[in-house]
Amino acid sequence: MAPRTRLTPGVLLAALALLVASVAGATLIGAAGLGWQRVVGEVWAQLTGGVSPLSAREAAIVWQVRLPRVLLAGLVGAALAVSGAAYQGVFRNPLADPYLLGAAAGAGLAATLVVVTSAGPAVVPVAAFAGALGGVGLTWVLSGVAGGGTAVLLLAGVAVAAFLTAVQTFVQQLDADTIARVYTWMLGGLNTSGWDQVLRTLPYVAVSAVALCVCARLLDVLSLGDEEAASLGVRPGRVRLLVLLAASLATAAAVSAGGLIGFVGIVVPHVVRLLAGVGHRVVVPLSLLGGAVFLIAADQVARTVLAPAELPLGVVTAVVGAPFFALVLRQRRERVR
Amino acid sequence: MSRGDTVELRDVSVGYGGPPAVAGVSVEVPGGGWLAVVGPNGAGKSTLLKGIAGVVRAEGSIVVGGQPLAALPARERARVLGYAPQVAVVPDGLTVTDYVLLGRTPHLGRLAKEGRRDRAIAADVVERLDLTRLAHRELRTLSGGERQRALLGRVLAQQPRVLLLDEPTTGLDIGHAQALLDLVDRLRAEDGATVITTLHDLVFTAQYADRVLLLDQGAPVASGTPEQVLTEANTTRHYSAAVEVLRTSAGDPVVVPARRRSLRADDGII
Repeated sequence: MAPRTRLTPGVLLAALALLVASVAGATLIGAAGLGWQRVVGEVWAQLTGGVSPLSAREAAIVWQVRLPRVLLAGLVGAALAVSGAAYQGVFRNPLADPYLLGAAAGAGLAATLVVVTSAGPAVVPVAAFAGALGGVGLTWVLSGVAGGGTAVLLLAGVAVAAFLTAVQTFVQQLDADTIARVYTWMLGGLNTSGWDQVLRTLPYVAVSAVALCVCARLLDVLSLGDEEAASLGVRPGRVRLLVLLAASLATAAAVSAGGLIGFVGIVVPHVVRLLAGVGHRVVVPLSLLGGAVFLIAADQVARTVLAPAELPLGVVTAVVGAPFFALVLRQRRERVR
Repeated sequence: MSRGDTVELRDVSVGYGGPPAVAGVSVEVPGGGWLAVVGPNGAGKSTLLKGIAGVVRAEGSIVVGGQPLAALPARERARVLGYAPQVAVVPDGLTVTDYVLLGRTPHLGRLAKEGRRDRAIAADVVERLDLTRLAHRELRTLSGGERQRALLGRVLAQQPRVLLLDEPTTGLDIGHAQALLDLVDRLRAEDGATVITTLHDLVFTAQYADRVLLLDQGAPVASGTPEQVLTEANTTRHYSAAVEVLRTSAGDPVVVPARRRSLRADDGII
């Protein structure tokens, strides 16, 4: 029997192969109708220094529009899924998601304020990033810092989210003209992305991902409960602080780049648990890779189904995610029986 | 495994922030000894054990093998003391082997993973506790007795010099309870580990522990050999129970309830 709590090289390689395939697939096929054979020709030409079948403008679509967008989708998906896995581990609750502690509400309020004050679209990602961290920070302060325990933290998160959402709705109502723009941002999307955004998002996601993968075994120890973890020499409060800090940073970066994209943080870790194993040393790294694959695929659907119009990414993840989630729950129920 | 160490408690109080739940405990357990902490519900038995384990804050002096625990970092302490709670949290999907391996935590580098040696130690523990057949089974699918053995396995994988077991026979029938206590006694003899348990069963207490500490309302009220502590007077007073103390054929005291018969024919009331 394969160990379901440790990552085997075979499973890791399979996940990496899936990631490479999804990046390649999404780069080759897009709304511009370049034809995937010709894009392959362009890539081949770049590698060998030959003549490309694409015009300069078409080549720019591939390298300056598609590829950064695919990579950004991968980064955002990875960040949300790995944060979801971390939150579920810390709260020992399968329904915890990265927006639980006020990240979404904080980002929503900040983004709305920017839209309403017409500070310009370039400021929105910065504001969303600050708002997400601000929301989580407020929750943390309200819960009396780690000592309050996970239940208090969770309730503080609910309170902060409700309050910030109410303020956001109020601000939005004051300025009815901007509702459509706020709404579009809320539903999530990556349509303003370029290499800049990829490079801005990458460091946060990379640092958080490394921190969370390193903490995976400690999350396993934490799953025994605080007292037992303490009796094994682990300090639950410290581990929680570190993990939530890393997960919140990744979430803020994701929200900043893609708005509020739901379901990734819940669906992906659960699918990983169902397919690959249960321990955090499996769930955390595979959620990272699986989240990237899932969002790249979802974004592919979002930008091609109604081309040249785009579906909001949050709508696609929910439409795909909700039924899939129901299926997973059904499977789990049958397994538990 | 290493020899058991003497455990000395001097004026120890343990609490959860408010007034201490148990206070003024002084007791000494020689290396390789077995101390049973007994007392009525809410007397502070489990709290005292958690205080010794360092899971709950304790005041006063706790010295193990000549070393004050207060001076030890959390990880060092976890290599000296192994603690098994009364009811262990059972994470979803974990197998017995995975669970036992988590006991190696205080021996690993802060971020390192288990190595060959850790796996060998875990496999050895699994074999000693007769869990080999269940090694790849999920914890959730085990019976109460098997689960208690797995919990003991996780504590043993810590290779502690002192075992702190909170009501290890909870939920076990008489046969399984006896088997588990025999097992603890065997481990104590083989490894020389010092054992401190809370126990609510006074019959088992008399047969396994070599010293007994009786707590009532957070204070120590009697301490000594089972013979000295488990008397009719002590039990009647601190448990508010009507009891008789009988003897086994081996001479161990047996505290049994004696039903109160308020209406007796020979009292002349009826």
